[in-house]
Amino acid sequence: MIPELGSFSLILALCLSALLGSLPIAGAHYNNPVWISMARPLTAGVFVFLGLAISALAYAFITDDFSVSFVAQHSNTLLPMRYKFTAVWGGHEGSFLLWTFMLAGWMLSVGVFSKSMPEEFVARVLGVLGILIFGYILFMLATSNPFDRIVPLPPADGADLNSALQDIGFILHPPTLYMGYVGFSVVFAFAIAALLSGRMDAAWARWSRPWANVAWAVLTVGIALGSWWAYYELGWGGWWAWDPVENPPMITWLFGTALIHSLAVTEKRGMFKSWTVLLAILAFSGSLLGTFITRSGLLTSVHAFASDPSRGFFILGILGISIGGSLLLFALRAPLMKGSFGFEYTSREFFLLVNNVILVVSAASIFLGTLFPMVYQAVTDDLISIGPPYFNTIFVPLMMLLFVFVGIGPLSRWKQTSWTYLAAQLGKVLFASLLVGLIFPLIVLSKFSVAATITLILASWIVFAIGKDISNKVANKRSTLRGLKSLSLSYYGMVLAHIGIAVMLIGAALTSFFSQERSVLLSPGESVELGSYLFTLEGSGRIEGPNYIGDEAELTVVNDGELLTVLHPQRRLYVASGTPSTEMAIDAGFFRDLFVTLGEEKGAGAWSMTLYVKPFVRWIWLGAIFMAFGGTLAAGDKRYRRLRIKAAENSGRGSRTQTAAELQPA
Amino acid sequence: MKAHRRKRLSVILFVAAGLSVAVGLTLYALSQNIDLFYTPTQVAQGEVNAGQRIRIGGMVREGSVQSAADSLAVRFVATDYANDVPIYHEGILPDLFREGQGIVVEGSLDNAGVFQASRVLAKHDENYMSPEVKAALDAVGTAPEGAATRPGT
Repeated sequence: MIPELGSFSLILALCLSALLGSLPIAGAHYNNPVWISMARPLTAGVFVFLGLAISALAYAFITDDFSVSFVAQHSNTLLPMRYKFTAVWGGHEGSFLLWTFMLAGWMLSVGVFSKSMPEEFVARVLGVLGILIFGYILFMLATSNPFDRIVPLPPADGADLNSALQDIGFILHPPTLYMGYVGFSVVFAFAIAALLSGRMDAAWARWSRPWANVAWAVLTVGIALGSWWAYYELGWGGWWAWDPVENPPMITWLFGTALIHSLAVTEKRGMFKSWTVLLAILAFSGSLLGTFITRSGLLTSVHAFASDPSRGFFILGILGISIGGSLLLFALRAPLMKGSFGFEYTSREFFLLVNNVILVVSAASIFLGTLFPMVYQAVTDDLISIGPPYFNTIFVPLMMLLFVFVGIGPLSRWKQTSWTYLAAQLGKVLFASLLVGLIFPLIVLSKFSVAATITLILASWIVFAIGKDISNKVANKRSTLRGLKSLSLSYYGMVLAHIGIAVMLIGAALTSFFSQERSVLLSPGESVELGSYLFTLEGSGRIEGPNYIGDEAELTVVNDGELLTVLHPQRRLYVASGTPSTEMAIDAGFFRDLFVTLGEEKGAGAWSMTLYVKPFVRWIWLGAIFMAFGGTLAAGDKRYRRLRIKAAENSGRGSRTQTAAELQPA
Repeated sequence: MKAHRRKRLSVILFVAAGLSVAVGLTLYALSQNIDLFYTPTQVAQGEVNAGQRIRIGGMVREGSVQSAADSLAVRFVATDYANDVPIYHEGILPDLFREGQGIVVEGSLDNAGVFQASRVLAKHDENYMSPEVKAALDAVGTAPEGAATRPGT
C-alpha cells in the first residue's frame, strides 16, 4: 500500500511540476500577477509530494518490503539499519529519486530566500526549474520507477546492498555530490530567467552569486568525500583515478569555479555578462552529463549503473532539449546584451579572464578525454580507453599555470594596475616562495625533487600573495584588529578558498612524489620495513559481522623502536550476495597515513598484502574543506543580506505611501 | 579601428591562440595515451604487436589460476571461449577476481606471447559483466547462458 502511495505522490508531483513549468513563466510574460503568485505554492507542493515519495521508499526499505523490486535488489533482512535507510540511493531508481528530491529542496529554498527579488523574476526562475523537474519525474515514472513491484511471487529475502557501498562514505558522498550538482541547476535557472526577461544587470549577478557559491562549496565537499571514500575503500592507494565517472563532477566543478569568478566581474564591473550566462549553462550541462554517463551504461566503471538503452535515450533527450534549448536561447538573446570593455591588460578583470580561459580549457580537455572513447567506439566500433597519463599530461601543467595567476589576481586592481605596482608587490612574494620551495624539501624531507619544489613554490606563492594583500588592506587602518574586522566576509571567503588551493596542492604533490608502497607476502612473526616504519604480521583470525564473515590480520607498526600503532586489515565475504570485500586498515595522521590492504591467504597463516606510507595525503581533503568553507563564507556576505533588508524597507515604504494616498482624499 | 575595438580584437586573438595551443597539446596527449581494447581471439590472430600497451577483456578460464606460494605472482588464462591468452600478473588481485568471472587486463604482450598485466580489473557486482567483456564474448558468439548485463550498482 505504502509503495503505491509513493508512486501516486510521484504522479501528483509530476502534475504540479507541469503547472509550475508553464503558468508562472507565462504569467511573467503576460504580466498576470495571479499566475506569477502560483510559483511558490506550486514549488512547495512539488517538494512535499517528492518528500512523501522518498519517505515511502525509505519506509519500504526499513520494513523489508521485498515485493518492491528496487528494495529486493538492494537490501536484505540482515543489512544493518543505517544501510537499509541509505540503500534508498543504492541503485539507479532510488538515487534518481534522491537527485530529484534534492532539486525540489533547492527550489524550495529559492522560493523562501528570494524575497528581495522581483516577483516575476522569481516566477521565471522557479518556472525553469519546474520544467526541469518535470522532465526528471517523467523520466522516473516512464523508465525507472523505484516503486515497481515484483508480481506475483516476491522473493523471501533481498539480494543485499553491494558490499562496497556498506560504508560511511556511501552515506555521505552521494547526497552531498547530488546536492552540489543539482545546485548548479539553480544558477542555470537564474541565467535562463535573465535571458528570458532580458534583465542582465549587476543585480542579477548579485542574486546569483550566493547560490553559485553555495552550490560550488557543496560540490567541492561532495567530490572530496568521493575521493576520500575511494582512497580508503577501493584500496589501490590512490585518491583520484580519472575514472570516466569522476570526470563529469570535475568538469562541472571547473566550470563552476570559472563561473563564480566571472560572476564577480559581472557584479562589480558589469562585464562578461554573456560569458557568465554561458558558463552557467556549461556548469549545468556538466551536471547533466554526469547523470547521463552514470545512468546510460555507456561506460565501464565502479560507478556505472545498469545499461538500459531506453533510459540512455531518455536522458539523452533531456540533455538535448535542455542544453540545446538554452544554447539556442543564449544565441538569440546574448547579442542584445551590451557589455563595456574598459580594462587594461594588468587589471583584475584581465587576470580573471585568464583564470576563466584556463579553467574552461581544462574542463574541455577532460570532457574530450572522457567522451573520446565513446565517440571512437560509435565511429569505428573499436573499444579504446584513455588512461590517467592523458589527463595528468594536460591537467597538471594547466593547473600550475593557473596557480601563478591565483597569486597575482587578488593583488591586482580593477580597471588598471600599473606594472611597477604589481612588480613591487610581487617581488618579495616571489623571493619568499622561492626560498620556501628550495629549502623546505631539503630540511623536512631530506630529499630534493624538482616537481615537489615547483609545487611548493606555487603553494607558498599563493599563500604569501594573500598574506601581502591582507597586510596591504590592514596597513591604512588604525589597528590591525580593526583592519581585519573591516574586511568583508566575501573577502575572507576568497582568502580561505585560495589557501585551500595551496593546502590541497601541497597534499597532492607530496603524496604523489613521496609515497612509498610495497606488496609483500608475510608469515606470522615476519617483518618488513617501509620508509622508517617496521610492519610485523602478528597473526590472523576469523571474524563475523552482522551480514558478513571474514578474516582479520593484526600488524604492529614500529617507528624508531617505539610501537606506533596496531593495524587490523580485513577481508570480508558478504553472505547474502556472496561478494568478497577488502577492508583497509589505515592509521591516519596529519603528516602521513599508514595504510595496509590484505590480499589472500597463502597457507600456514601467511598473507599477501600491500603496505603504503602516504605523506600529507590528508591535506588534499583538508584543502577541499577550506575551499568549501570559503565558498560558504562568501555566500553569507553582508552585502547580499543588506540588499534584502533594503528591498524589504522599499516595499514597506511603498505600501505606507499608498495608505497615505488613500487616506488623504478622505 | 577604434581603440576599444582593437583591444577587444586582441583579447579575442589571445583567447583563440591559447585555445589552439591547448587543443594541439590535448590532441597530442590523446594520441599518446590511447589503450586499444582487444579480445583474446584478436590476440590469437596476431593483431597485437609485442610491447604495445593494450587492454584485453575476457573470462578467467576455469581451473587456470596458479598463484605462487612464496610471492604475489599469479598466472591465469583469459578466454572468450574460442581462444586463450596466458596472463602473468604480480600483485594483489581485485576482490571479485575468480575463475569464470569477467575481467579486463591492462598491459602488454611479451615476446613469448604471455600477457604481462600491470593492472587487473574486475567488477564489484558478481552478476554484472562489463560492456567490454560482453563485447569480447559477443564477438565470438560464445557468451554463456545468463551472462547478460544486469542492473547493478
